[in-house]
Amino acid sequence: MVKTFGEFLIFMQSMLVRKERLAVLWQRMLDEAILIGIDSVFIVSIVSAFIGAVTCVQIAYNLINPLIPKSTIGFMVREMTILELAPTITSIVLAGKVGSSIAGGLGTMRITEQVDALEVMGINSASYLVLPKIVAAMLMFPLLVILAMVLSILGGYLAGTLSGAMSAQEYVEGIRTDFVPYNIVFALIKSVVFAFLVSAISSYKGYYTKGGALEVGAASTGAVTNSIIAILLADYVLAAVLL
Amino acid sequence: MIEVHNIQKSFNGNPVLKGITCTFETGKCNLLLGGSGTGKSVLLQCIVGLMKPDLGSITFDGLVFTNNKVDIKQEIRRKIGMLFQGGALFDSMTVFENTEFPLKMLTPEMSKEERRDRVEFCLKRVGLENAGTKMPSEISGGMKKRVGIARAIAPNCTYLFCDEPNSGLDPATSIKIDELIYEITHEYGITTVVITHDMNSVVEIGDHIIYLHKGQKLWDGNKDEILNTTVPELKEFIFSSSLVRAAKKVDEETEGGLAAATSDEAINI
Ligand SMILES: Nc1ncnc2c1ncn2[C@@H]1O[C@H](COP(=O)(O)OP(=O)(O)O)[C@@H](O)[C@H]1O
Ligand SMILES: [Mg+2]
Repeated sequence: MVKTFGEFLIFMQSMLVRKERLAVLWQRMLDEAILIGIDSVFIVSIVSAFIGAVTCVQIAYNLINPLIPKSTIGFMVREMTILELAPTITSIVLAGKVGSSIAGGLGTMRITEQVDALEVMGINSASYLVLPKIVAAMLMFPLLVILAMVLSILGGYLAGTLSGAMSAQEYVEGIRTDFVPYNIVFALIKSVVFAFLVSAISSYKGYYTKGGALEVGAASTGAVTNSIIAILLADYVLAAVLL
Repeated sequence: MIEVHNIQKSFNGNPVLKGITCTFETGKCNLLLGGSGTGKSVLLQCIVGLMKPDLGSITFDGLVFTNNKVDIKQEIRRKIGMLFQGGALFDSMTVFENTEFPLKMLTPEMSKEERRDRVEFCLKRVGLENAGTKMPSEISGGMKKRVGIARAIAPNCTYLFCDEPNSGLDPATSIKIDELIYEITHEYGITTVVITHDMNSVVEIGDHIIYLHKGQKLWDGNKDEILNTTVPELKEFIFSSSLVRAAKKVDEETEGGLAAATSDEAINI
């Protein structure tokens, strides 16, 4: 465990020495941003819209006390999605999608000697392959989380009004009650941290794959499980420190 | 010329290379011959710097590679081209982009047009002038090796390393790839090192042959001398190959010497 963590740190450090030209890394970063960001919009949209809808319906189901105003539903949907569901669930979904593709891609490059081919050309493969992925993830995760926030609140709105649990006016009133802008900042900080964890852990798992196709699959699985555990641990630590 | 001096390497206390000293001559096809698991790939990886030997030194035309400053290593690396066992093409790039890649990375001063001309020249040289837009997943094993060769020679490499260029190829394609490597070596005066366990390659392209057995160099010489060797392990290796067995059969029928049997007509059986 300690040894693995040490190796992980050495891996992170090796990315930062002997870097390629900035123009090359920038181009690589843009390519990765498309893979990580644009290609995840669909799944993130679906998941967050449904999470918003389900949250709204379930809160409405539990709030049968007539003394509590219906706008509370909107308020609670907002608090839950912005603070926790949007950043954390989105990152867990991305750990599955992005993490497995990073680990699988790097693992395949390793076992088919593509990583060695880069090294023989005198290219620092860690910096060329991994650094752009991590930077791209740290840029794209927050954007996807903002999208998730918007869509889950919208999902809650649609579910709430269509099912007749409350009126549109009540929902909007709830959304606007006691709004704390810092919560959005906090959620974005979380998403950047999660992005780093997912991309770095998955890269580490993929980059050091040894063996054949079986090990590439194992590296992908390991990347996803380890990323999710890291996300949940970090979620707890950040909540304890920053809230 | 590449000089390898007393290279030793062990994994977890298990010695794989036990002090290998040899030279690879300029402008020649140098073969590293030996059975599977004798440490040929490990030696090659030590030479190109993918692995650090425990002991020993490697010199490229007088420049020491092992334990040297990063810039000198980098300078040597830029002169190295390598053909990997499976081709190791970047599978997100087309054949053209694969060949262009080292130029883009290593010679940023080259203009786009110069790069395109060079890539087209190299692809033509390996006989793939029409495959530039194909993806690696769409081409055959032999074509992958050709692209690998084109990518290796694109930046005008001084040293070319090939790890089992024949593995996974049918005999006819193997011979074509061997010939291509041989021609390119002599055309551009490259110092070429080819790993093989194939006697076909030995008689075909072996300008200089180094025989490895269990992590030691037991013999070196050229393809004419190898059949008269007195080293028992090498003799056994040669006679276990189907080519030589077939040649020997003809030999017994025609009552010629072994060396005579490996003349061109015997090889063509
Ligand atoms: N990275 C490694 N770690 C441990 N053992 C290795 C490693 N690479 C090669 N070996 C061992 O070294 C020996 C020689 O391997 P290799 O050079 O690949 O043989 P070959 O001559 O067939 O190319 C084998 O027994 C192999 O198990
Ligand atoms: Mg080998």
